[in-house]
Amino acid sequence: MTDAPRRTPLDALHRALGATMTDFAGWDMPLRYGSERDEHVAVRTRAGLFDLSHMGEITLTGPQAGEALDFALVGHISALAVGRARYTMICREDGGILDDLIVYRLGEQEYMVVANASNAQVVLDALTERAAGFDAAVRDDRENYALIAVQGPASPGILKAVTDADLDGLKYYAGLPGTVAGVSALIARTGYTGEDGFELFVAPGDAEKLWQALTEAGAEAGLVACGLSCRDTLRLEAGMPLYGHELTTATTPFDAGLGRVVKFDKPGDFVGRAALEAAAERAAQQPPRKLVGLVATGRRVPRAGYPVVAGGAVIGEVTSGAPSPTLAKPIAIAYVDAEHATPGTEGVAVDIRGSHEPYEVVALPFYKRAR
Amino acid sequence: MSNPQQLRYTKEHEWLSATDENGVATVGITEFAANALGDVVYAQLPAVGDTITAGETCGELESTKSVSDLFAPVSGEVVEANQDVVDDPSLVNSAPFEGGWLFKVKITDEPADLLTADAYTEFAG
Repeated sequence: MTDAPRRTPLDALHRALGATMTDFAGWDMPLRYGSERDEHVAVRTRAGLFDLSHMGEITLTGPQAGEALDFALVGHISALAVGRARYTMICREDGGILDDLIVYRLGEQEYMVVANASNAQVVLDALTERAAGFDAAVRDDRENYALIAVQGPASPGILKAVTDADLDGLKYYAGLPGTVAGVSALIARTGYTGEDGFELFVAPGDAEKLWQALTEAGAEAGLVACGLSCRDTLRLEAGMPLYGHELTTATTPFDAGLGRVVKFDKPGDFVGRAALEAAAERAAQQPPRKLVGLVATGRRVPRAGYPVVAGGAVIGEVTSGAPSPTLAKPIAIAYVDAEHATPGTEGVAVDIRGSHEPYEVVALPFYKRAR
Repeated sequence: MSNPQQLRYTKEHEWLSATDENGVATVGITEFAANALGDVVYAQLPAVGDTITAGETCGELESTKSVSDLFAPVSGEVVEANQDVVDDPSLVNSAPFEGGWLFKVKITDEPADLLTADAYTEFAG
């Protein structure tokens, strides 16, 4: 083990592009290349190119791979059709969220789990332990993939220029193997930006070639390289949770308003079932706090951990906050007491370093693309 | 990036112009600081008439990822705040040494350890 941050296969390229790098979950990642706001706007209006090679891929294979995932995760994974993907979570026995995940069913007996970089080892360990009683093998594939995302309304056109794969037939949350710019890739129509887009899983040695080809193919459409800073504001506007902020081991999927990912009606037991049934009931009867959106009337920006106040009392806490390029106002996601969680609730403020700045309670997401 | 020779600098990455005939100097943040902050979205500047003290906070700059205190490079009275920056904080990024200046101060006292451009360049690396 070394403390030096890990570098993705595209590291030299990021540096050549002049990226500002940041340590993220033990990885040295591009934070931004130029203006993060310009990168954000490019993804909303044209296209952006992201290196997401820090994400953790774990593959399950074998006759009972699906059953093992049904037991290990909260979703009904074995019901996925081959070629489809699902957003799901892995919880502890007490219902606390260990991570949120995307699972791709690659074959009859093959699934790929994509975990957050910060949790990849935890997820790998939990899956290995939970799959032990099943006829399934868990493989650490973190070193075997680089991940490049192209996101934004122009992304289908850009990708079409470098692949013969049937992108029109590729639905949202589906993935198919194909060749892109001459390299083998798993082409997935997934993302974390609130826009149409693709995530391309490729061998690390092919990453640079793919990145360059996409850069060239996207030049005319205005594609730009994008860092993690705009990825955060994009997902925040789209109301998507981020592990460590909206999701933690102290929250259940029901606390986060994401109870729909828990499939109680799937066959067999799963880790966390009893605790999650209780959490579901609690959320329906008397929810403790609810996840809401907050939009500023002023210009000061709320940050994670800032108290939400009403009538002089603390009624919640900000989990994520940033200036929204699309709304041109600061926005936040916060857990607030249920009685203050209804959109339109008045008198709510965020304590921004001692000053109570008025905020409007709104329903999530802040931004939804036109389809 | 190059730090203008005629300015003096602090280790908090502010710059200070030479004083005019009234003992007033202009204050801003360096290009290094602006790049480190990322897009500045909100500037809270000291108000005209405020008395500021060298080394103490006198405002804040918010960017996408963080908020940073603004430290007074010298002691004195604020005689002007840059309304252009309040209206369009991105000026701090696009022209940190020019149109993105932050405020003007009539100096009553200045610390002995202000840096020359060369010393600051070496410090900021």
